[in-house]
Amino acid sequence: MTELKLYTYIAVFGSFTLYFAIAWFARAKTTSDFYAAGGGITPLQNGMAIGADWMSAASFLSMAGLIAFLGYGGSVFLMGWTGGFVLLATLLAPYMRKHGKFTVPEFIADRYDSKTARVVAIVCLIVASVTYIIGQMKGVGVAFSRFLEVDYDLGLGIGMVVVWVYAVLGGMKGITYTQIAQYCVLIFAYTIPAVFISLQLTGNPIPQLGLGSTLADGSGVYLLDKIDMVVTDLGFNQYTTDNMGGTLNMFAYTLSLMIGTAGLPHVIMRFFTVPTVKAARASAGYALVFIALLYTVAPAVGAMARFNLINTIEPSAGQQLEYEKRPQWFKDWEGTGLLKFEDKNGDGKINYVADPVKNEMVKVDRDIMVLANPAIANLPNWVIALVAAGGLAAALSTAAGLLLAISSAISHDLMKGILTPNMTEKAELKAGRIVMTISIIIAGYLGLNPPGFAAGTVALAFGLAGSSLFPALMMGIFSKKINGTAAVSGMCAGLGITMLYVFQHKGIMFIPGTSFLGGMEENWFFGISPNAFGSVGALVNFTVAFVVTKVTGDAPLHIQQLVENLRYPRGAGAAADH
Amino acid sequence: MEQENAYWQTNIRLILTCLVIWFVVSFGCGILFVEQLNEFRLGGYKLGFWFAQQGSIYTFVGLVFWYAVQMNKLDKKHNVEEE
Repeated sequence: MTELKLYTYIAVFGSFTLYFAIAWFARAKTTSDFYAAGGGITPLQNGMAIGADWMSAASFLSMAGLIAFLGYGGSVFLMGWTGGFVLLATLLAPYMRKHGKFTVPEFIADRYDSKTARVVAIVCLIVASVTYIIGQMKGVGVAFSRFLEVDYDLGLGIGMVVVWVYAVLGGMKGITYTQIAQYCVLIFAYTIPAVFISLQLTGNPIPQLGLGSTLADGSGVYLLDKIDMVVTDLGFNQYTTDNMGGTLNMFAYTLSLMIGTAGLPHVIMRFFTVPTVKAARASAGYALVFIALLYTVAPAVGAMARFNLINTIEPSAGQQLEYEKRPQWFKDWEGTGLLKFEDKNGDGKINYVADPVKNEMVKVDRDIMVLANPAIANLPNWVIALVAAGGLAAALSTAAGLLLAISSAISHDLMKGILTPNMTEKAELKAGRIVMTISIIIAGYLGLNPPGFAAGTVALAFGLAGSSLFPALMMGIFSKKINGTAAVSGMCAGLGITMLYVFQHKGIMFIPGTSFLGGMEENWFFGISPNAFGSVGALVNFTVAFVVTKVTGDAPLHIQQLVENLRYPRGAGAAADH
Repeated sequence: MEQENAYWQTNIRLILTCLVIWFVVSFGCGILFVEQLNEFRLGGYKLGFWFAQQGSIYTFVGLVFWYAVQMNKLDKKHNVEEE
């Protein structure tokens, strides 16, 4: 066994043992423990748990890679996935905490006094959460197969068992304490390599400052200017100004991610775990601090990874690396098929340029950048092992939060709330655990057989949550008049038009060849990409709900009083059952 | 009732203040006016690029805490805070 493999086994299985131990000590005994961690989590703890819940395999593994290749265009993810917390903190979280129920569909059911609204919300929640969870399961499989050199399928299986043990046993309570540990693992794993690399390149150990500093080689040139120069020499767009699909598309994309963030049920649910409205406001702040720690480091990781990659392949202008002399990490990633070289001109050297005809790096998968980064920068093996454990922590913590959101929607909202209202608490707890087990099996199956649409899934989940749930929740708090019929029509219209737009450009259920307008950019509505369409869907949702209320009349008086009551913190008990 | 109305009006004003700043730093400085701001620099960062990848995020953090503090004060003032 190599030294790297040994370290990786220690880091991965050490962290798993920790999660199991925590789950055992914090196992759930009541439905209140299971859905809302007994309502006794402090804001600081909740902030950390939200951080881990929120930062998924996409944030940890993919985002810096996207930024590395998109440059300025990658900003949509940075602003979108953090800006949503401003909306969450000011528009939703405190009021939903005041209402004091366990789930998002339950809030919608009470506010709109409508079982139909509850069912529509359950459907929106499940569609958004299931699409999201496939990405996490894939992340687990990839991390395992690369670092422990086990089969992708086996790696995914191990991941499923680990989540099953601590999520089913611990419920929200176990998940919360595990997520706190997972946050610590993932933030160390993310920042330590970044600090080393920033120090190597710029002499400044703080990556956020390093990215704005001059190079440590004594040339006095700023790092970002150097990157701009190097990438434009190779024919790529300038790093710091490379716009993604035009200003309007960037605008719509960012807005979609923001409202999607605010509308994702597994994040909103975490605000039910704190004891007071005041604590809900504070936990949004702490959560954003913990998230910003990673999100402000990510642009440095991305830019520096791009720079190191190019520097390895072309150490100085015109001096290309000979393929035979390629470093070990290059060979390792070639083995996975995620990095591919093709000697087109037969000179034995690697020619990496923007022009697809001449470019010999025929495949550089964006998702490998974070994982490959420490090796590219020649960092010690224990750092690489840590990154593996961090990637798994990010994927597992989000998967657990999503599973809880799905199982609570089914056992609490669908079964207890609609189908079998006489269920005892004990039976509900048991049902919650059974539903979660089934969800894990389905998620695992979808991770093994990604249904063709795996690539677009995470971005789609944001569009769906943003166009359906966010407007319904926001109007429920800030308007006393919107009625149940209006909310149902709004959610259906928002979700419907977003799905229609995505399907017409990416294929029905993403099956290639069934898209009736094609993926072509010229057919996009005002040049807005399908991933960015959630903001338009939300606008439609708001408009439809408003018009329907005008036609069908204001919500009844007792609902108006409920809304009035939502707006004042006094009288908020711990989240409880009816 | 009037007292409570004043509470809600102030809350709405605070939220709007937050959202205006939220919009200006991200959509304004980071997207709509990024080219104009890129004429200026902050160390090695072009200013617009800095807002898009750093500055907006720091501002968001500040906003959320500022709002929490203001609301806690407001709850006390109008005597609607939790017992």
